[in-house]
Amino acid sequence: MQLLNKRPESLLDVTMHYCPGCGHGIVHRLVAEVMDELGIRERTIGVAPVGCAVFADVYFNCDMIQGAHGRGPAEATGIKRSKPDTIVFSYQGDGDLASIGMAEIVHAAIRSEHITVIFINNAIYGMTGGQMAPTTLLGQKATTCVEGRTVKQAGYPIKMSEMLATIDGSVYIERTAVNSAPNVMKTKAAIKKAFKNQVDGKGFSMVEILSMCPTNWGTKASNPAEATKFVVDGMMPVYPLGVYKDADAVKK
Amino acid sequence: MAEKKLMKGNEALAEGAVRAGCRFFAGYPITPQNEVPEYMSWRLPQVGGAFVQSESEVSAINMVYGAAATGVRCMTSSSSPGMSLKQEGISYCAGADLPVFLANVMRGGPGLGNIAGAQGDYWQATRGGGHGDYRTFVMAPNGANEMANFPHKCFEIACKYRLPSMVLADGIIGQMMEPVEFMHPEVDVKALKEPDWALGVNHGRAKRIVKSYDLREGMLELMVNERVKRYRQIEAAEVIYEEKMMDDAEIAIVAYGTSARISVAAMKLAREKGLKVGLFRPVTLWPFPKARLAELSKRIKKFLVVEMSLGQMVEDVQLSVNGRADVYLHARPGASVMTAEEVYTTMESISKKGAKEYATAK
Repeated sequence: MQLLNKRPESLLDVTMHYCPGCGHGIVHRLVAEVMDELGIRERTIGVAPVGCAVFADVYFNCDMIQGAHGRGPAEATGIKRSKPDTIVFSYQGDGDLASIGMAEIVHAAIRSEHITVIFINNAIYGMTGGQMAPTTLLGQKATTCVEGRTVKQAGYPIKMSEMLATIDGSVYIERTAVNSAPNVMKTKAAIKKAFKNQVDGKGFSMVEILSMCPTNWGTKASNPAEATKFVVDGMMPVYPLGVYKDADAVKK
Repeated sequence: MAEKKLMKGNEALAEGAVRAGCRFFAGYPITPQNEVPEYMSWRLPQVGGAFVQSESEVSAINMVYGAAATGVRCMTSSSSPGMSLKQEGISYCAGADLPVFLANVMRGGPGLGNIAGAQGDYWQATRGGGHGDYRTFVMAPNGANEMANFPHKCFEIACKYRLPSMVLADGIIGQMMEPVEFMHPEVDVKALKEPDWALGVNHGRAKRIVKSYDLREGMLELMVNERVKRYRQIEAAEVIYEEKMMDDAEIAIVAYGTSARISVAAMKLAREKGLKVGLFRPVTLWPFPKARLAELSKRIKKFLVVEMSLGQMVEDVQLSVNGRADVYLHARPGASVMTAEEVYTTMESISKKGAKEYATAK
């Protein structure tokens, strides 16, 4: 008999708090598999965000730090500059990265920090109960825009990958999704490249991952299967998948 | 005997921090502390350290939060408006028991205020400043020489008790040039033992987590109370103050930093005129030397607090003497500096019988 698949060593056997149909668990597993495959678990330091993934410090089997909302890239900067032989990743949601932490993520890219950023875009604030995110789609309902997001009231959804790709310091920026098995496989490849870039000393890498939030997406999409459809029909037209930047190392 | 050098207060502080083992600095420009990041930008690379000019003070303190978590001695510096921005991060450092060193070269406030020296951040520094229950070890230098030497003590306390420590200076002390002498031997960072909580390459040990939260019922209280034990140890063992001409004093001036320097001159004026005045200078603002002031208040019945703020430290003096003596205040907020003559005039008026307590100068 042959063991074909098992829990990655980089992911601890603990009960996760994520809701049914949420994408965080999938992405956690992918990050852990990549850490295993690259053999970097024992020198990796993860930065947990504020938001749904706040307990990521418990789940990953590597050194972890949990800090203030949106400041992950700053914390990662302090860690990487102090311990250059470590592999540092910041795991962030859309409120964390694209709203309160906008300055930190942009400037980490500008400085081409040698870090890896995993950015979960589910177009909503999950942990606080479904408020409008900077990535909430026009017309999408949230508890702070009950009739749907309007341009007049809240402006437009922010496209982080497109924006960060314009920055010279960004080495690798890709947007993927975890709505289907093929996309999960593509996401894993992107995460692996983003970590490999750091191992190779190339500079700032980020993977933006479109993910499901059945709990906070409202009546129809509260069915996990329907939620994966919203990723395709709702999010992908606004947030097209693809590689937005893939440059060689920025000399530091 | 170490060599004497003529240095600016801010540069002396930066060099003192490097000699105390600081190997990471993140900061953002703000007057009147700019010499600190400027100095660090070329000095840290010389000793294998890292310097980052951050995009904001918010980012700077969070970089320091990350650096401290790896066990590296690290610091950030700023001036009043910038220190306000750092408060969230300082609270996280306190909540995660991280040793970080902070320097606030105070300027006039509130708001943008001005860029002259002031002491209006006393409450912010000594009461925590950020959210939640915590303490910061705070030292108040009175000149460039103490700027050079206090970082050593601040790192020592921060690392021993695992809390943020701070030098609370002001624009005058930061900008003045004076002879300084580095009294402490340079810290050999390679000889420092890596803390058993530091993040890094783990060589097969169990994972470590640096965090400030605990959502389980009752657990956060345990976490805070464990910290409170260390605060009590600091209060018992780490109080520093200085006394001048206190043996026969009938009036005690209580002042720190620049105010204390001016008060020395005022005290001399008063002594020349026959008033028995002494100076009590708190060097640690937290822990505040309340036990010594309580003891002094059994004998001395008039305390004059002199501060370049609206009357902040005066409350600590009142708490310390606890009604055993009259407490007076000579306050100059808004980055105005008192003269020795005006402090003397206040002393003269309070030396009279029936003087109104807690009077301000103007």
